[in-house]
Amino acid sequence: MNHTTINGWVQIALFGAVLILLTRPLGGYMTSVFAGKRTFLSPLLRPLERGIYRICGIDETDDQHWLTYAAAMLIFSFAGFVILYGIQRLQGMLPFNPAGMKAVSPDLSFNTSVSFLTNTNWQSYVPEQTMSYLTEMAGLTVHNFVSAATGIALALGLIRGFARRSAAGIGNFWVDLTRSVLYVLLPIAIVFALIFVWQGCPQNLAAYTHVTTLQGGSQIIAQGPVASQEAIKILGTNGGGFFNTNSAHPFENPTALTNFLQELLMLAIGAALTNVFGRMVGNERQGWAIFAVMFVLFLGGVIPEYAIESHGNPAFAAFHVDQAPSAMQPGGNMEGKEVRFGIADSALFTTTTTDASCGAVNNMHDSLLPLAGAVPMVNMMLGEIIFGGVGSGLYGMLLFVIVAMFVAGLMVGRTPEYLGKKLEAKEVKMAMLAILILPLSILGFTAIATVVPAGLAGIANNGPHGFSEILYAFTSVTGNNGSAFAGLSANTPFYNTTLGLGMFIGRFLMIVPMLAAAGSLAKKKIVPASLGTFPTTSPLFVGLVVGVIIITGGLIYFPAVSLGPIVEHTAMLHHTLY
Amino acid sequence: MLQHIRPAIVMIIAMTVITGLAYPLAMTAVAQLVFPYQANGSLIRVKGKVIGSVLIGQEFTSPRYFHPRPSATTEPDPKDPTKTISVPYAADNSSGSNLGPTSKALVSGVQAEAAKLARENPATAIPVDLVTNSGSGLDPDITPAGALFQVPRIAKARGLPDETVRRLVLAHIDPRFLGILGEPHVNVLELNLALDAVNP
Repeated sequence: MNHTTINGWVQIALFGAVLILLTRPLGGYMTSVFAGKRTFLSPLLRPLERGIYRICGIDETDDQHWLTYAAAMLIFSFAGFVILYGIQRLQGMLPFNPAGMKAVSPDLSFNTSVSFLTNTNWQSYVPEQTMSYLTEMAGLTVHNFVSAATGIALALGLIRGFARRSAAGIGNFWVDLTRSVLYVLLPIAIVFALIFVWQGCPQNLAAYTHVTTLQGGSQIIAQGPVASQEAIKILGTNGGGFFNTNSAHPFENPTALTNFLQELLMLAIGAALTNVFGRMVGNERQGWAIFAVMFVLFLGGVIPEYAIESHGNPAFAAFHVDQAPSAMQPGGNMEGKEVRFGIADSALFTTTTTDASCGAVNNMHDSLLPLAGAVPMVNMMLGEIIFGGVGSGLYGMLLFVIVAMFVAGLMVGRTPEYLGKKLEAKEVKMAMLAILILPLSILGFTAIATVVPAGLAGIANNGPHGFSEILYAFTSVTGNNGSAFAGLSANTPFYNTTLGLGMFIGRFLMIVPMLAAAGSLAKKKIVPASLGTFPTTSPLFVGLVVGVIIITGGLIYFPAVSLGPIVEHTAMLHHTLY
Repeated sequence: MLQHIRPAIVMIIAMTVITGLAYPLAMTAVAQLVFPYQANGSLIRVKGKVIGSVLIGQEFTSPRYFHPRPSATTEPDPKDPTKTISVPYAADNSSGSNLGPTSKALVSGVQAEAAKLARENPATAIPVDLVTNSGSGLDPDITPAGALFQVPRIAKARGLPDETVRRLVLAHIDPRFLGILGEPHVNVLELNLALDAVNP
């Protein structure tokens, strides 16, 4: 029986429509910014930008070789790591700490630093019980900006690889980073932080509020500078919540409007970057073709997610529980969900947060029905290239495009080309290396964690669901997503360390081969298009890339997904409980 | 390599000043000026005393009040701080149950809640939100169905006609945003305050 509602589908359709409408204007603005053209914000921001270059000793006209670009990125990331680690260890002695939080433990500080530095924002801790306001602002919020800006910079490096001809360099990391923060992330974050406050997100530096409730009980209400972090958490596809339950918490996501805006912000920059790509390579339709690949895969996630979740849990039927939708309730699988969002908005959020590498959640993924839990898992396994993390989504997708064009070339016995660049052994090898590093980490660490006692000790649910918790965790960190089947007790030395390594591998071991491919592409000449050139703006191209992505993901991960969600689904249908 | 060390260090410091201090502190100042009520947690006062936040659910067990959804939040056990005990609606430690769909603990919990509710209103099927834990453990809302289900109990406990209480519920349904976004819901604290206003 169909338990979805027309309103649910209308909400999803509206989301898709607004995303499409945003892509071109935002893409146009971002293209101008990265080309160094004047925009309406330049009078305000250009002096600040130049001031930053001056104190840092940066020559903004310097064009960097890919190795220099990569080195700048790595050293910058390391400097950020050291400061973030230091702030957490010292927070007990620093200001803005009304709740009196003590120093964070060394293994947790390591995990959290890697987590925010790699744009993962996996959280092994309960923020409102662990982090001071200073750590949230000067530590975590900063990395929400700069890790996202780093992702955008890296994507620009790869785009320039395709766009330039016979060029030695791929741009300037410092300039890309600074412009991404000042002109793109900061202005949008300011606007949305204020919208979020208007809707109910707190923004204060006060101590937690102790109240006597209406019935006479006592309650401690956590407070803090929530809205400012919320805006960049979502916009930068970071996803690290101010509170433990992230965007399910009414202070992080108070209304249906904030929820809709958060879903949009998660994908907005990733979508706009496809347009930036099109403009920079000189043909916007190339960007729309990539957008189409992403949009098809987005629909392939959100439609089953909503349909599955609307059904509810068959085990409850015996207790006279009503899970059917009506004018008076959304029905469906409400465990781990908020009433104001119901099923459709939760399904849409779950899909967008794992299409992007965001990892914010507005419902508890651990309590999703088995196959509905497989959707976010598969989204992440495909590499979070469905709009994806800011920057990382586009460069991940372009790596798949290289592989897809290679496959197309094999089929017709021609050297593959993309955008006039011949794809030769080096680029294809680098693309494959970057793609294969992810399953190595996901499946390798999952295998280890399911056999060692320290790994098994973290499981919260028995049966196949326990395996899903581990698989989800390593998929999430390697994909730099950060969402969780949160029952897993991950704040242990074993998980803090292995998950930290997974984040590191998923980010940096993928980036280096990707930049190598970018550098090698930039050097090439452009081959003029001929009759034999594969048209890369056609539906055939979109179909081919979608196919390559699904086959690559399907072949590698299908056995693992079978052991978790698929086994659990059949168990649920047979009323087996664990 | 060495030429990157100065820019890396100065850049991270500059970014910390701009995005980690100037941005959140400026937002705090503007928010406190323009939206002081929301910026301080949407706190509700009754006779001058703060009794909670309109956005954060709170526990109600008395039969005279509408009850919120089950909550999975915990606090450290006062007797043994290494353990935790169930404290519903602990607003400094948000948490869902994180129970999977084939979990025995989930199903037995739902069964127990359902049995309790069936006693107070045996005629009606139990709305699913009343027997399931919310994502945050702090859900301030129940569905309109979940509120209407509780009407007979409250009417009886307060000696009011069912119809009076039912009307109160219908008047407190927050509709979808612009008729499209989200789901209709009823804020439990606001509804209970309205109930106390009608029948102190």
